[in-house]
Amino acid sequence: MKSQTDTLTFLEFGESLAARWRGQLNVRFDQGKSVCVIECENAKIAELCEWLFSECGYSFATLVVEEARDVWLFWHVFYGEPGGGLVQVCSTAAKTDNTAPSISRHVHAADWHERETEDLFGLAFEGHPRLGDFVLHEEWPEGVNPMRAGFDASTLYPRRAIDPQWRPRGIVQAPGAFMMPIGPVYSDNAESAHFLLETVGEDVIRTIPRFFYKYRGVEKIAEGQPVDRVLLLAERFSGTSAFAHSLAFCQAIEEISGIAVAPRAKALRVIFAELERFRHHIAAITAICQSTALAVATSQAGILEEEALRLTGALTGHRYLFGLNTPGGLSRDFSDQTCRTLSGVVEGILVKLCDLKELLRFSSSFLDRLEEVGIVSRELAVDYGLVGPVARASGIRRDLRKVLPYAGYEGVSLDTPCEKEGDGYARLRVLFKEAEQSAMVIRKAAAALPQSSVTSAEQSFRPGAALGWVEAPRGAAFHWVRIGEDGCVQRYRLATPSFTNWHGFHLAAENFAFQDFPIIMATFGLSNAESDR
Amino acid sequence: MNTWFLKGLRTGIVTTPYPDAEDATPGVTPGLPRHEENTERAFAAVSMCPTRALVQVEQEIVVDYGRCVHCFRCRGEGGRIRWEKNHEWAERVENHSSVSDGTAKVFSRSLHIRVVDAGACGTCLSEIEQLNKPYYNIHRLGFFVTPTPREADVLMVAGPVTGHMRTALLKAYEAMPTPKAVIAVGACALSGGVFGPSFASGGGVSEFIPVDVMIPGCPPPPLAIIHGLLLLTGRKKPSTAVSRKKLSGGENHA
Repeated sequence: MKSQTDTLTFLEFGESLAARWRGQLNVRFDQGKSVCVIECENAKIAELCEWLFSECGYSFATLVVEEARDVWLFWHVFYGEPGGGLVQVCSTAAKTDNTAPSISRHVHAADWHERETEDLFGLAFEGHPRLGDFVLHEEWPEGVNPMRAGFDASTLYPRRAIDPQWRPRGIVQAPGAFMMPIGPVYSDNAESAHFLLETVGEDVIRTIPRFFYKYRGVEKIAEGQPVDRVLLLAERFSGTSAFAHSLAFCQAIEEISGIAVAPRAKALRVIFAELERFRHHIAAITAICQSTALAVATSQAGILEEEALRLTGALTGHRYLFGLNTPGGLSRDFSDQTCRTLSGVVEGILVKLCDLKELLRFSSSFLDRLEEVGIVSRELAVDYGLVGPVARASGIRRDLRKVLPYAGYEGVSLDTPCEKEGDGYARLRVLFKEAEQSAMVIRKAAAALPQSSVTSAEQSFRPGAALGWVEAPRGAAFHWVRIGEDGCVQRYRLATPSFTNWHGFHLAAENFAFQDFPIIMATFGLSNAESDR
Repeated sequence: MNTWFLKGLRTGIVTTPYPDAEDATPGVTPGLPRHEENTERAFAAVSMCPTRALVQVEQEIVVDYGRCVHCFRCRGEGGRIRWEKNHEWAERVENHSSVSDGTAKVFSRSLHIRVVDAGACGTCLSEIEQLNKPYYNIHRLGFFVTPTPREADVLMVAGPVTGHMRTALLKAYEAMPTPKAVIAVGACALSGGVFGPSFASGGGVSEFIPVDVMIPGCPPPPLAIIHGLLLLTGRKKPSTAVSRKKLSGGENHA
């Protein structure tokens, strides 16, 4: 099982890597940045990834596929516990054979990444049990792979007519079994997604999600675009976590071009990232109250959400923090006084949020809907590589702000909350505690802002590739960027927390009653814009 | 349950005075570029606009509000283009047949809205959601969000209309009883925004279904959406700021 080598440090990892794989791999260590790049031949990929995951306790972050002139380049990225760093496994395959090694048999978290790659690149993963339509639905012609070089991404690709007899395939074979479709247009103002709930009566036996209704091909349309244009995409593909994603993108660009970020910009990035998390968590709490039809609590939380939005809008000019991040720092400075005002208002909102928490804690009708509902065990959460508040409710504390501190998080003492139960109520408690932590981080950062400019003098972009990462409000996000010789983006890979967690959503939604479904969904608090891209 | 009741009472009323009075609370709107002077600095800002929302036509700068994605790049350090803290942005598409002035009256005090997410990033939906919360509370104005298009008078669409959502959008539109109207919310729904047109998305809602009211913004704040609803029902006038300028999305049906 997932051995408890969880505390493996980066140095120890290097030693055990050398001992286990002596002479078989080409390893490059960057001690300062805690990054380890392993070059590995195709035949050993699955074994190596399994070892990283089960023996060393690393989590799967993302699979990046790049189309070079005559080979396919694969990057399997893993991240560890604090001190464990980042591991990038690099392998290549000949362009001619169109197959790739599958690791999802051993590392289940890679399952959706491989299905996505198969659909968009037309690469078959050997040994993967279930490939086929995933991102591209049945109206998309077979054999057309939009992520391949040479595909014309500029005009709407003609779809084919769907066979009217076409029905999604069910799994449950039992007398009286039927399939209940939900979506893509459903509920009051939910994001577009489709769920097929299989049942024989009261309980949901199988949940089969059909996503990517909102597929905008962000990774493809970013290709060949200048950096400042792709920044708009990074910020807007999932607007409710715009600051986190634009930060991850900017950090990748800064890493490639060796741009140093001024200390004040780093500190301000922490403040705004936490402000975004604070607002996001209040919105998530509002949604949970709404899903249980507790009207007054919904209104109360909704008031706090709007107050956080107004605060953001009044201080930064935009209610969702658009237009702030830029490679090298921030687009504008904020005075110390402004930041202290911000911190003060956040504290005021937090006081009301804590009041709400206390009231909810004693509302039995509310708790009945959340407790022991939508349970995800720690074992399964590890297997699916779940991230963010959902994972922390199931006992996985891993937090990129601590694992691989970025921006100004090195000096920030964070007490990442962690619960054991893995049910809806645990997820709600994590949201409340993280909101408290965010307010605390904002207060400390605002009290000790370094004095410097917030932009970098260096503004030219060098060619190269790098990974940027953030702990977005919904969990770990990874942005892989490659800049070409012309200074434009050649490859942009987005691994988002919603994509990761939707993969494991069915674990929580199965074997519970129909009426629990919207509540379980609200406690997961995921975004389809973020997962579909 | 008494505690909740008391909590609600103690909170009092927080609802915006709009539309009876102006709401100038800080943070309710990001504002829009309001260009007035053709100075050299302003012309310099045209080349900084990444979405071609600012266009130079001969010796004048025209703002295409349907393309503005609030990147604030034209505002710059010295304020090359002035931004105005207004929120009455909605614009009616002229010469459109499905909603006559008569229908506006029918809808004036009870309008049912079905929201369709056609690939929105989440912020337009978040702002639409605020409409039902205490600060904006559109019930008081006779607007209701309904879960089914069969009961809806108006379809409120956000997002550039992705290829995968096209069928669902058309089905929702066809399921609505007549008379019906469509409101396009946000830059993506008006012009495709930063996403479309591309292989995966269209260039806005009007490519697929006729649009009656357009609300620019990225995202339009709740007050701007309320203005759009009031405009549709003939209770508010179109924006003076936007009417004079070009608005993309309307071209297809002009």
